[in-house]
Amino acid sequence: MDYIIEMLGITKEFPGIKANDNITLQLKKGEIHALLGENGAGKSTLMSVLFGLYQPEKGTIKVKGKEVKINGPMDANALGIGMVHQHFKLVHNFTVLQNIILGVETVSSGFLKMDEARKKVIELSKRYNLAVDPDAYISDITVGMQQRVEILKMLYRENEILIFDEPTAVLTPQEIDELMNIMRGLVKEGKSILFITHKLNEIKAVANRCSVLRRGRYIGTVDVKDTDKETMSEMMVGRKVNFGVDKAEAEPKEVVLDVKDLCVVAKAQGNTKKIVNDVNFSVRKGEIVSIAGIDGNGQSELIQAITGLMKLDSGRVTLRGEDVTKKSIRYKNTHGLSHIPEDRHKHGLVLDYSIEENMVLQEYFTPRYQKSGFLLKDAIRENALKLIEKFDVRSGQGPITKTRSMSGGNQQKVIIAREIARDPDLLIAVQPTRGLDVGAIEFIHKQLVAERDKGSGVLLVSFELDEVMNLSDRILVMYEGEIVADLDPKEVTVQELGLYMAGSKRGNVK
Amino acid sequence: MKKSNSKSPRKAGEGNNLGLVSSVFAVVLGLLVGLVILLICNPGQAFAGFGTILTGAVSEGLYGIGMVFYYATPIICTGLAVGFAFKTGLFNIGASGQFTMGGFAAIVVGITLPQLGSVHWVVALLAAVLAGALWAVIPGLLKAFANINEVIACIMMNYIGMYAVNWAIKDTPALFNKTNNRSNAVASTANIPKFGLDKIFTDSAVNGGFIIALLAVVVVYVILTKTTFGYELKAVGFNRDASKYAGINEKKSITLSMAISGALAGLGGGLLYLAGSGKYIEIVDEIAAEGFDGISVALLGLSSPLGILLAGLFIAYIRQGGFYLQLFEFSQEIIDIIVAVIIYFSAFSLIVRSYMMKRNAKKAEKLNIPETPSPQIPAPLHQPIPDEEPKAGDVGDQTTDEDPQQKEEGGDE
Repeated sequence: MDYIIEMLGITKEFPGIKANDNITLQLKKGEIHALLGENGAGKSTLMSVLFGLYQPEKGTIKVKGKEVKINGPMDANALGIGMVHQHFKLVHNFTVLQNIILGVETVSSGFLKMDEARKKVIELSKRYNLAVDPDAYISDITVGMQQRVEILKMLYRENEILIFDEPTAVLTPQEIDELMNIMRGLVKEGKSILFITHKLNEIKAVANRCSVLRRGRYIGTVDVKDTDKETMSEMMVGRKVNFGVDKAEAEPKEVVLDVKDLCVVAKAQGNTKKIVNDVNFSVRKGEIVSIAGIDGNGQSELIQAITGLMKLDSGRVTLRGEDVTKKSIRYKNTHGLSHIPEDRHKHGLVLDYSIEENMVLQEYFTPRYQKSGFLLKDAIRENALKLIEKFDVRSGQGPITKTRSMSGGNQQKVIIAREIARDPDLLIAVQPTRGLDVGAIEFIHKQLVAERDKGSGVLLVSFELDEVMNLSDRILVMYEGEIVADLDPKEVTVQELGLYMAGSKRGNVK
Repeated sequence: MKKSNSKSPRKAGEGNNLGLVSSVFAVVLGLLVGLVILLICNPGQAFAGFGTILTGAVSEGLYGIGMVFYYATPIICTGLAVGFAFKTGLFNIGASGQFTMGGFAAIVVGITLPQLGSVHWVVALLAAVLAGALWAVIPGLLKAFANINEVIACIMMNYIGMYAVNWAIKDTPALFNKTNNRSNAVASTANIPKFGLDKIFTDSAVNGGFIIALLAVVVVYVILTKTTFGYELKAVGFNRDASKYAGINEKKSITLSMAISGALAGLGGGLLYLAGSGKYIEIVDEIAAEGFDGISVALLGLSSPLGILLAGLFIAYIRQGGFYLQLFEFSQEIIDIIVAVIIYFSAFSLIVRSYMMKRNAKKAEKLNIPETPSPQIPAPLHQPIPDEEPKAGDVGDQTTDEDPQQKEEGGDE
């Protein structure tokens, strides 16, 4: 068979752990090959080996049938291997064109010759349908556009083998669709793609074959069209994963959150657009209400206005029957509100604090953890140990681990543990499963349902349609700052929901 | 994309000693550079001179030690001021101005209110603390409410403080000693009592100020590590947004942090000018050096109160030793060069340290996973096999989540 890259029997050990244990990965020319694995399965190590950042203890790498030794990224580049990193490597105050040619500038006697480069870039962007403005600054273009620039960088270097490392994590649903089309186009033009992900839908959508890793071991390679998602996820996680969420019928009780005529006006100068426009809704105890919508339609601002992180311009927020519009964040925190914030690094955690310190972030001043101004370290430690055990938080040093050193999934678990442990009447969860693998997502979904069943109201903001469909008892759709529909997930299809989210359909808002 | 070559596993516990190791490393390198300078200047006397730097302070017994304590007192205070601000996420480069204001307030009270009698020195000292705090609150408020960089505001406050004090002293006959172009001596009741230290360290200028500075070290340590107040201040310093999310009044915290930092610097000024050692505010257009010494002390002491105490004592010790360098026809400035080199290396060793700590943390994360107390808890997500992927050398940095901040935040320490 005609493999363009073969990694055969790769073994890479680190002290105490086999990160890659006899892994084989074979990429055919002209295919999209997915590399599937949970966080920490060894995908990154394998790619580091391919890029020559690590030398494997065992195994060989063949490119186009020839055995090669790769000593660093330059070697990999020379062999036609290019990569779009999860976090883009772009210079923000350079233009698109400058970024693309960075490192391989065309020069004549020390002076840049941009014209040739520009011609080539324009030609490439036409050929692969990657519309970008070569003179736009990176800081001015969207994340989706930035990704195109990264792809153009690889194409400009005439890479044949393109590696996409979790490329969809930062994209909106439309951008994901566009990316999928781009990937299909690239393959048609004879490129080969290695697509690293843990999202099964995307694999089903574009990949031809899929190799699965689990805990550093190679599990197998399957043909995507003959394999269903359940099988692939079982290969990845090692057990059956429940995609649907098991939950009983909701039993909504009294209203816990009521939002009336809420408006937030853009603060940027000369911009009087209402980011949140006259929003009305309520959440009752014992139900999960989702706010669906495409990122950037005012969901973040709405939540920040409710929680107090952002000032609202008009409207009223009632929590447990009490008007809290003008109350402080601390007042809300101590009166039944828990908030799993959208940005876990900006708001959710003090990264330089340890797990135990983060777990009392809203409660350190309560009599439970403090006596006449002095912290009760034993109580704080005990609380952390309890939550670490209950929520299976994994870390290097237990309660004293600095949260900065932890993986994203475990950081998120610290936040979720803290917010749920405060026994809220209203739990606001914004993108609680963002960037996490299926196992962790399943766990978090279970926790949210458990909170509902305990009688809390849950307000969920999510950009993932599956999550919204599976978890909600009621779906509100937000579009351009307004709530345009109030739907029952049992009566609406994903396609319909998409139409509401795109603004091409409006429903009755109760 | 960095590549970690070392394969020797390190235990996480080693990280705790790294701070001390890196500071000692800086001190040794600094002293060696000092030796090289001595060798260049005057090879014949170099080793004798170097020996004096190391032992000069104790060459006259307890007197020298008393002088070390005396010199250390103000720089421990300014060191605490800078270190406290560091710990709460602020760079108080205005310790000089606060120090000057503190000193000024102390001499004003010390000269004009002799009728206070036995509490005279206490009131003068309190005035110093208050003046320092006020001088720091201004940049603190600007930072908290207008997000104005405290470094720039503090630098301005240094100049304003220095010129304002010079002008106020010159314009007030009661304060001004025209003959010597300096402030007048304070009333004897305003001098800080010796607390018996003069009996031990005969003839030296040491006084109760040193004990007050030691108390300040303890107080700062307790605030930072034991109290909810310190927890709040540090949380705001590390992450203002998360603190706001947690319901902490972050504006109040920033202002208070600056006030306490300024109070410590002001205390330093009060302790120096009330020492009764013949030290007066000179009318010169120079910013008080003690403030900048505070930055050095805080850096060398890694901002920890105990570290600052040791660093302050050390710098005072080699300064006192350097005083005798003149015997060997060296100029005393060599000591300042050595101190500067030490600070250079301690800044450098901070980089080494944060790198080592990060590496240790990663190693620990990798190695210790099986030991974490969470094997058979409800619905574990994974089998209990080590599941953390070694991240040291990712292609790019695929941490498991997509917040680009993580990398940036991680990188700029």
